[in-house]
Amino acid sequence: MIDKRVTSFEQALAGIEDGSTILASGFGNAGSPIELLEALVDQGARDLTVVSNNAGEGEFGLARLMRAGRVRKIICSYPITSGSVVVDELHAAGKIELEVAPQGTISERMRAAAAGIGGFYTRTSAGTMLGEGKETREFDGRLHVLERPLKGDVALIRAKTGDRWGNLIYNMTARNFGPTMAMAADLTIAQVDETVDAGELDPEAIVTPGIFVDRVLRVPGSR
Amino acid sequence: MGLDRNQIAWRIAQDIADGSYVNLGIGMPELVADFIPEGREIVFHSENGLLGMGPKPPKDQEDPDLMNAGKKPVTLVPGGAYFHHTDSFLMIRGGHLDLCVLGAYQISETGDLANWATNNDKRLPAVGGAMDLAAGTPRVIAMTTHCARDGAPKLLGECTFPLTAAGVVDRVYTDLAVVDVTPDGFVAREIIDGMSLAELQDRTGAPLAAADDLGILKAPALGETAG
Repeated sequence: MIDKRVTSFEQALAGIEDGSTILASGFGNAGSPIELLEALVDQGARDLTVVSNNAGEGEFGLARLMRAGRVRKIICSYPITSGSVVVDELHAAGKIELEVAPQGTISERMRAAAAGIGGFYTRTSAGTMLGEGKETREFDGRLHVLERPLKGDVALIRAKTGDRWGNLIYNMTARNFGPTMAMAADLTIAQVDETVDAGELDPEAIVTPGIFVDRVLRVPGSR
Repeated sequence: MGLDRNQIAWRIAQDIADGSYVNLGIGMPELVADFIPEGREIVFHSENGLLGMGPKPPKDQEDPDLMNAGKKPVTLVPGGAYFHHTDSFLMIRGGHLDLCVLGAYQISETGDLANWATNNDKRLPAVGGAMDLAAGTPRVIAMTTHCARDGAPKLLGECTFPLTAAGVVDRVYTDLAVVDVTPDGFVAREIIDGMSLAELQDRTGAPLAAADDLGILKAPALGETAG
């Protein structure tokens, strides 16, 4: 019998190793797996590379993980939000590596990893400093850059409801990176507002099919 | 003597056709949504995963899960839809939107756009979706003041700031003029009343031609909006 629902942060985060690449969903705080990221501090994995659209704000969620010194490198499109003080401090102190890439390129690189695509050409960043050093090729008279897939060892995502098989639905714009990251990691862990039995979600409404999800943890009253 | 930001937004809005799918960049371009002429249905896209973005809700109806790309609370209009990030950027990068309106630091006469970084940023680099929008959208509109605060022209032969994308800008709306970017360089389509082409040229950092049907850039007096 399949039951991907787990009942503790320990079970949810078991086995995440030092040096892992973690895909963390969210656009700002919407859809961010804040509690899972904080529990990862207790779990103890170090030397992490985190892929996230933003680089944390305040002293919670991703910012807390960074403050605890667990993140070696962050790959994001927009590290500046109101209150993104931790990344500022760590970067100024040379304690974190920052790779800034176009938002759609980060997203598409993860999709490529999920789809078994070895690389793709895109116009985005061609002729700019973010495209420097990348292989280029002209198609139909327009310059493109080669981008490689971006795969996660682990995806930490936030959804609204998860069922016993790991099927997920989301809430409004909190969906953002969740579905793509769920597909692009070896181990996908979803924190959800509620869990239900298999068959209770409308199959027409399921956004992330359970094949992409390994563990589902209900986090009541999450932010 | 020129247009204020609301008036520039109003002028841009007049040129957006009924039925268009449009992304408005964060900041000044967001004002354009306030001035869409009555009777036109425009579908606004926000790169964090919605089509059919509506105005901001009353304070007591804000939902932290319903945000725009500027991370401000918004609403969804009837007919609107949510989708995930890769689909959202597929819409952008695959040229499915009709146009985007982006802020600009500099625009070159070949349509290069610089709008994400300067040469002396103290803050961390942050590009967001700017390069995707600039490179992927079929029609790229730049909305900016004609000159920087220190008077330096923003329309130039070549951008000196880091590029967002090369050769993408179709038209620039400023407080002084509407300028097309053509294969022959900048062509003024409209200039504010009382300013000559020569005076506009003085404020422009590259050769400027006049359209055959050069008109006057005007907009009604508009009250301050919340933007």
